[in-house]
Formats: sequence, structure tokens, C-alpha cells
Amino acid sequence: MLSARNVQAGYVPDLPILREVSVDVAKARVTAIIGPNGAGKSTLIKAIAGLVPISSGQIIHEGRDITNIRPDRMAAQGIAYVPQNDNIFRSLTIRENLDLALRRAGPRADEIREALFARFPPLAAKQRDKAGSLSGGQRQFLALANALAVEPRLILMDEPSAGLAPKATEEVLEMARELTTQGVTILLVEQNVTQALRLSDHCYILAEGRNQIDGKAADLLGDKVVAEIYLGGKRLRVGA
Amino acid sequence: MIQHMVDGVLVGSIYALGAIGLTMVMHMLRFANFTHAELLSVGAYIALVFDKLFTSLAPILATKIGPLSMTLALSLAMIVSMALTAASAVVIDRLVFRRIRQRGDMLSMVFASFGVALILRNVIGLIFGLGTTLYSKDIAFAVIISLDPLLMVRPDQIAVLGVALVLMLVLHLVLSRTIFGYALRAVAENASLAQVNGINLGRIVVAVWLIGGALAAAAGVFYGLTNQITPVIGRDLLMPVFAAAIVGGIGSVYGAAMGGFLVGLAANLALVILPSGYSPSVPFLIILVVLILRPNGMFGEARP
Repeated sequence: MLSARNVQAGYVPDLPILREVSVDVAKARVTAIIGPNGAGKSTLIKAIAGLVPISSGQIIHEGRDITNIRPDRMAAQGIAYVPQNDNIFRSLTIRENLDLALRRAGPRADEIREALFARFPPLAAKQRDKAGSLSGGQRQFLALANALAVEPRLILMDEPSAGLAPKATEEVLEMARELTTQGVTILLVEQNVTQALRLSDHCYILAEGRNQIDGKAADLLGDKVVAEIYLGGKRLRVGA
Repeated sequence: MIQHMVDGVLVGSIYALGAIGLTMVMHMLRFANFTHAELLSVGAYIALVFDKLFTSLAPILATKIGPLSMTLALSLAMIVSMALTAASAVVIDRLVFRRIRQRGDMLSMVFASFGVALILRNVIGLIFGLGTTLYSKDIAFAVIISLDPLLMVRPDQIAVLGVALVLMLVLHLVLSRTIFGYALRAVAENASLAQVNGINLGRIVVAVWLIGGALAAAAGVFYGLTNQITPVIGRDLLMPVFAAAIVGGIGSVYGAAMGGFLVGLAANLALVILPSGYSPSVPFLIILVVLILRPNGMFGEARP
């Protein structure tokens, strides 16, 4: 589905944050990127989205080279990106946010909007309100709805749980999980290691801009090294 | 006093048109664009040229519209001027500002805007001379609205206010009812997010210059119609237009419109207590007071 090969990228030329990072994302699965602060997790997802220049390496999506894609052309490639913060247009109403996202849907816009409102009832109830008036969890839902409006095959999510209450985090991540049953592929960066490992099918651990460990999330959950480094020595019980 | 208030509202509509384009450019491209006021001069002179051209090609177009001194030729010339000034704004961006913007040097953008403003002003002076001129040499008589208190208004002023309000209404409808308007507002709020939502930033920047240039041209023609046409229109309107944008809050189209009327009112009401020579200082005072008391203006938001 998506393959990042030996990606070197950074905000400033000659100062790479990512060094030779490689990631494979399987279709209709949740793949998580975790790691300590400064590991380059968000930089990786931004580099895939075309927001951080890639100096070497390659990003292949569905057989097409999308290395250094222009961010405004991602949707045309079936990719949606949900940033960590400021991921909705606060000054626009909820309806205007969605209509903007639906502008290329043509005659199907009404149908897709109704489906999104059915999926996110709180948004339907407040559709005439400014998006800035929504709670943290509702904003994340609107960001997800904006992403789904373009009917993407791949969604890139940057720390969807950031700043959310535990219940809202659970709802957002459950939603992400559920999307895979409809054939949508999810690549997410997550600070919350426990949540990420529980939610994902496959997980990559980055540190200092390099690949460290990767494997099936279920296996990493019980891995002693992972527990020692990233979970403060506490090993998780699968399904806990 | 009431006469000053009415005059303030009428001139305020011209300031508002100028300030709307300025606030959009300043908010989206994040630099104080001193060239913007010169676009009012450019618009006024392009309309002058096409007014003469249309009148000579079809003398029937010299017919006045009702009680106005404005002719059909000038109306058409104004539309052409709005289009050409809008195009000029895009060309100036392509030739100067975009190159500097790509280097990320925002301070240089401000200096460059000073330079471009001076070049435009002097080129206009070189081509048209430094003297004043008028669209129509006919005397436009004021209509007495009230005798006590004495209140007089020229039909041209009423027309200018009406057309300015219509232009603002059209812009409001575009911003609030169309996907293009949503995209403009989205880019103004968060350009990076707008981009990942598939909005082509380059096209939106062009659209902002086009809107700003067209409204500046309309403001320039209206100023020329109700005052005089001189190569220093831009210099004279620079401070009121900046004050209007700052009072409204940079980035707020509605704030800029409101700011235009407020600055117009304040500058004219100041004439009640100040000699007319001090009137141009009022916008300076307004800018200072707003920046001290409410740095983001009435409707603006703090930006990172």
C-alpha cells in the first residue's frame, strides 16, 4: 500500500531529522509509529504528506512514487492527512469545513455529507456552529470527517490522542480501527505507546531519526526490550 | 457636526474598499504592503485613460448617469480599471514579492513594497504630470438634504457609498456562501492545513491580489470622482487605509470595512476641533491608540 524506503528528511537542508527510515504499511491495517520525543515520528508522517522535504529515499504509494508530493495533491492520490494540532478551520462553521473538504465530490457531496453526519452525530447537531467552539474530541472527529470526505484509501494521523481526555482518545482510536474494516489504511503516529500497541496491527519504533524495532503490535506488547525502553519496565498484557 | 459625520461615512466607504484588499494581503502574505495604496492611484489613472478612450470612440458614452457627474464611459472605464489594476497587482507580486517570499525574507518584502510604491508613484507622475485632473470638469452641485442643521451631499458621494456597499456585500456573499470564499478564509486562518486539504496556495494568493487590486481600483476611481486625481492619491490615502485595516484587525475583512468608516468618521469629526491642516494626523493617532489598547484590532486574532 505505502512504502517508505531509506527516507532522509528534515526541515533545514543538511540537517536531517530522519536518517534512512523505512516503513511498510499494509492495506486495510493500522500501522503505528511510536518512539520517544524527538524520534522523528511526526517528521516522518509530514515527510510522507509532502510537508517536510525529503533529501533522499523514496515514498511509494500504490506503486506510484509520491516522494516530495505537493501537499495539495495528496487527496488526488487517495491520501488524507490529519495533523496533530490545528487540524480544523476554527473560523469556519462545521458545515463549511465539510463543504470545503467535499468540494471535489461533485453530485455525491450531499450523500457523503449525510453519511459523515450519521457517523458523527454531534457534528450534525452543531453544523452551523463555528468549529472553534467544539471540544477537543469533537474537533478530532471533525478533522477525521474532513479527511473521510475525500474518501481516502490511506489516512495519515499525527498523534490523534494528543490533548484528548481518555474517553475521547478511545473513541477516536476505535473509529480509526473501524475504518480498516471498510478497506481504509491507517498510518498513525502516537505518543501513547500503550494505546498505539493495542490499536495497531503493525508497529515501528523510531529513535533519533532511525528505525529501531518493528513487528506485530501483539508481539511488541509482550516484548521485554520494548517494555524496558518505552513502558518504564512494565510489560503489558495482551488485550489488557 | 452632522455634516462632518456624513462626510466621514462617505469618505469612509473609500477607505474601507482600500483597507479590505490591504488586510487580506497583509494577513495572508504576512507583510505590511505599502504598495497597496499606490494601486488606488493606478486604478484612478487607468480609469482616466479608458474614460477618455471610450468617450472618443463612442461620444454617446459621455452621457451622464442621472444627477451624477459620472458618465457611462467612466462606469465602463472603472470596470476595465478594476480588471487591469487587479492584473497589475498579480504582475507586481510575480515580479517582486513572490521572489522575495520564496527566500522567506519578510522584512525585505516591506522594504520592497516601499520601493515599488515609490516607483509606481513616480511613473504615474512621469506619464500624467504632477498636476491634478478631474474625470469631469462639470461642477457637481451638492443637494441640500436639510437646512437645520445644514446638510449637503453631492449625488456622486451617495453613488460612491452605494456602490462601495454593494461591492462589500458581494465580497461578503463570496466569503460566506461560496466554496471559493471558504477556501480564502481557510488559507487566511491556516495555510498549511489548507494545503493538505487540497487547496492550491498559489491560486489563492493570486485570487487575493486580484480582489485587493480590483477593490483598490474602485476606491481610487471613487476618490478621484469625489475629490481630484493626482499622482499622490496613494500617498494621501496610505495612512487612512492602513489605519482602517489596523483598527479592524489584520485579516478581518469585516473589521477593515468597519475600520474604514470609523477612520473616515474620526478624521472628519476631528475637523470640528482641529484646523483642517491637522486632519491627516488623525489616522496616525488612531493607529497608535489601537496598537496600544487593542493590538489585534477590533476583529483581529493574535497570530503565531
